[in-house]
Amino acid sequence: MILSAEKKSLLWQNYFGVPIRNDQLSIALAGNPNVGKSTIFNALTGLHQHTGNWPGKTVNNAHGSYQYQKKPFLIVDLPGTYSLLAHTVEEQIARDFLCFANPDVTVVVLDATSLERNLNLALQVFEITPKVIVCLNLMDEAKKKNLVIDVPSLERELGVPVVATAARQGKGLAELREKILQVATGLLQPTPRQIKYSSDVESALKELLPLVENITNNSLSPRWIALRLLDGDQNFLESLSNYLDIDQVSFQDWEESKCAQ
Amino acid sequence: MKNAERINSLSDLSLGSACQIVSLELSGLLRRRILDLGIVPGTLIRSIRRGPSGDPTAYLVRGTLIALRSEDASQILVKKLSNGEECV
Repeated sequence: MILSAEKKSLLWQNYFGVPIRNDQLSIALAGNPNVGKSTIFNALTGLHQHTGNWPGKTVNNAHGSYQYQKKPFLIVDLPGTYSLLAHTVEEQIARDFLCFANPDVTVVVLDATSLERNLNLALQVFEITPKVIVCLNLMDEAKKKNLVIDVPSLERELGVPVVATAARQGKGLAELREKILQVATGLLQPTPRQIKYSSDVESALKELLPLVENITNNSLSPRWIALRLLDGDQNFLESLSNYLDIDQVSFQDWEESKCAQ
Repeated sequence: MKNAERINSLSDLSLGSACQIVSLELSGLLRRRILDLGIVPGTLIRSIRRGPSGDPTAYLVRGTLIALRSEDASQILVKKLSNGEECV
């Protein structure tokens, strides 16, 4: 996951339309529709936010900033999706951002009242990046439905920090800020649970992985890419080559500016 | 031929009753979406209510209400729950 600060800000501006300063720690906010991502986003950023569209898409893009413990953060509110296996424009945006923008931490917001449906997305995000925090939102709703969630066990099973929140009441946000800081700065290193596939798939992955590792330069998760290659996901391949091109162009720019100096 | 375990399509499920998903005869985008919503083989599903013209039907799946067109639900194969199985 190495991406120089210059390359990162170029990529974010050109590819995702989000301006980021070199000193800012970046956060992506992912989750199913209607789990309260935007409530959390608003609670964290207050009025320091910008809204617009994703470049070339009629999907809203919101990003904002806040300070915590004297560190500046940039947070991007991704479109609500059930999955990252990209078939709608929203899913494609969320997937491309998580895969290619390489945020310092990804917060997956889950609806505590229907975890079974929501955990699907969390497991997909776990395959893309280890820097994940799970935010169990709508704990107030869960309480109304007499649902009790064993947060420490969930944390142990998932291998990532789990923060219970009720964003509408502002509950749990202090802990969320703290966990975001810890993961973004590398103080806390989650080891998200990885799905083991059938032996056929796993042996095919084993063959593909060395080849994929060659082209990705460690900036992308080779396992996730190999899995999408096995899927035959054409849409992802287009995004991938698009991204790799951009990467090369910006690298050339950077080389040229070095020579000019 | 005796049908010890009758396989029906989800669209034939009567309102209020529950059954278990056997397989999805859908493909491509819709199949992916249905799977992402947690409708996978083995899942228990209950039909809750139906639109005014008999379509679509709302189903309760894993605590979430999801509406499906009967055209799509007819491609989802289900089996009746044997007595004593867990309610949805």
